[in-house]
Amino acid sequence: MFDVSHIAKLARLGLAEEEKAKFAKELGAILGFIDKLKEVDVEGVGPTAQSTGLHSIWRPDDNIKRHEENRSKILANAPEVKDGHIKVKTILE
Amino acid sequence: MDLTKTTIKGVNEGLKAKNFSAKEITESYLARIKKEDKNIHAYLSVMEREALKQAADIDEKIADGLPLEGLAGAPCAIKDNILIEGEKCTAGSKILANYVAPYDATVIRKLRSAGAIFLGKANMDEFAMGSSTENSAFGVTKNPRDLERVPGGSSGGSAAAVAADECVYALGSDTGGSIRQPASFCGVVGLKPTYGAVSRYGVMAMASSLDQIGPLTKNVADCQAVFNVIKGKDLRDATSADFPLINIGKKGKKELRVGLPKEYFSQGIDPAVEKLVRSAIAKIEAQGAKIEEISLPHSEYALACYYILMASEVSANLARYDGIKYGVSAAKEEGDLLSIYLKSRQNGFGDEVRRRIMLGTYSLSSGYYDAYYLRAQKVRTKITEDFKKAFAKVDLIMTPVSPTTAFKIGEKIEDPVTMYLSDIYTVPINMAGVPALVMPCGEVNDLPVGLQIIGPHFSEELIFQAADMIEKLL
Repeated sequence: MFDVSHIAKLARLGLAEEEKAKFAKELGAILGFIDKLKEVDVEGVGPTAQSTGLHSIWRPDDNIKRHEENRSKILANAPEVKDGHIKVKTILE
Repeated sequence: MDLTKTTIKGVNEGLKAKNFSAKEITESYLARIKKEDKNIHAYLSVMEREALKQAADIDEKIADGLPLEGLAGAPCAIKDNILIEGEKCTAGSKILANYVAPYDATVIRKLRSAGAIFLGKANMDEFAMGSSTENSAFGVTKNPRDLERVPGGSSGGSAAAVAADECVYALGSDTGGSIRQPASFCGVVGLKPTYGAVSRYGVMAMASSLDQIGPLTKNVADCQAVFNVIKGKDLRDATSADFPLINIGKKGKKELRVGLPKEYFSQGIDPAVEKLVRSAIAKIEAQGAKIEEISLPHSEYALACYYILMASEVSANLARYDGIKYGVSAAKEEGDLLSIYLKSRQNGFGDEVRRRIMLGTYSLSSGYYDAYYLRAQKVRTKITEDFKKAFAKVDLIMTPVSPTTAFKIGEKIEDPVTMYLSDIYTVPINMAGVPALVMPCGEVNDLPVGLQIIGPHFSEELIFQAADMIEKLL
């Protein structure tokens, strides 16, 4: 039922071969627990994604200033940097 | 002089009366951490130099005769998923072991301007996922009341630091009970504010529709003092909100109507815990508050609902830890971009984080979305409606915090579902986005038991009033 290899790949998570059975068993148990939700009658009920009723919140785009100094602090955390940019492996041949 | 038993008010008055300096009080806490924290491990990092510098600034102000801000000179601990500029911020995860925060979170900026002193960063379950702090990549925190037991989680380091007098107060974050359950296990006060009452800008997102930041303190007055500093709308967090003008303010003792949901006093609860919670409530009844039984019928589905919605949001929010922008990375190894993602995340994330990412990915995946994610969002509506109906009849709801007192280290870590059940009374509150405060109400076998006080959206003032009343009666 729970295809761990497929889901792990979708989630971009590497798994060791010996971990697969363990995760499949645990996730199976969690899904069994979650199955309880099928008992609830949700006919005609709308979904909730926001609990305090806010919607369409805007702010002016020029309100938040960006500084050179902040940029260098952010880049300092990146594993590979080149010419002030974060370096990524080739994605196009 | 040992200054580590004080409250925020005590610090404030002591500084004004010149009984001690900010430097002396900060040094007392640093010394206590040095001595005690090897046993408890509440802190992941201690900011000694920064704290002493903040203290010196305050002492200078006092010397110049300038007015003191409300939190001035009170040293605090900050959960390690909240950014303090220039300090390491790991969220208890190996993937961020060397991450240095490039800016201050809004709550940190607000605390700074209120005169706070930051002692260090508090241990937590990795990315706030857990109920025991055993999921920290940097070792478990121990409960100061019994070192063989967990402090609760995920804000276990914050709660333990307050309980062990290793700080005056702390900040934590609460997605399904992560401030309240550890506050209860360690015997301190904790508040999960109304969703949106406190800005989350600069806190590492776990489940964005549920996350809130809140204080952990030694008493109710301190909790209110910290909350008043950190609350309020922030342009940098679109979900944050100002308190409505029509406030749910204070009430007379005899006007107070309190509901006890029968679903929270039924199967699974330790009878000794239930007895203490009921006896605390009986004390306000004796003062004239009206107590009635109510029902929150969909609460029994809240935990299942939570594990779908939270995990789905986790799977999206944690996609940013990809080994490219920051953190532990396989970027310098051979291989294509996909292999870097796979390896960085495999090496950097612990088991519980990977379980939840996979669960969320599954719930959102093609063919399962309607049956899991959408259905859970609809059940969330039913849970929220239960609370609305209840608050039409009563002002506040009171419940236990967790079915048991603090459990032993190692007792539940191998069985995720059993671990999840320790949040059964706290999760529904996040689903509805309402505020809840937890305060100690007694002990069973020398272990603290908490009482949970829940109110409607933006009713913090009324919750503090009731909590203060109970604190004085206990």
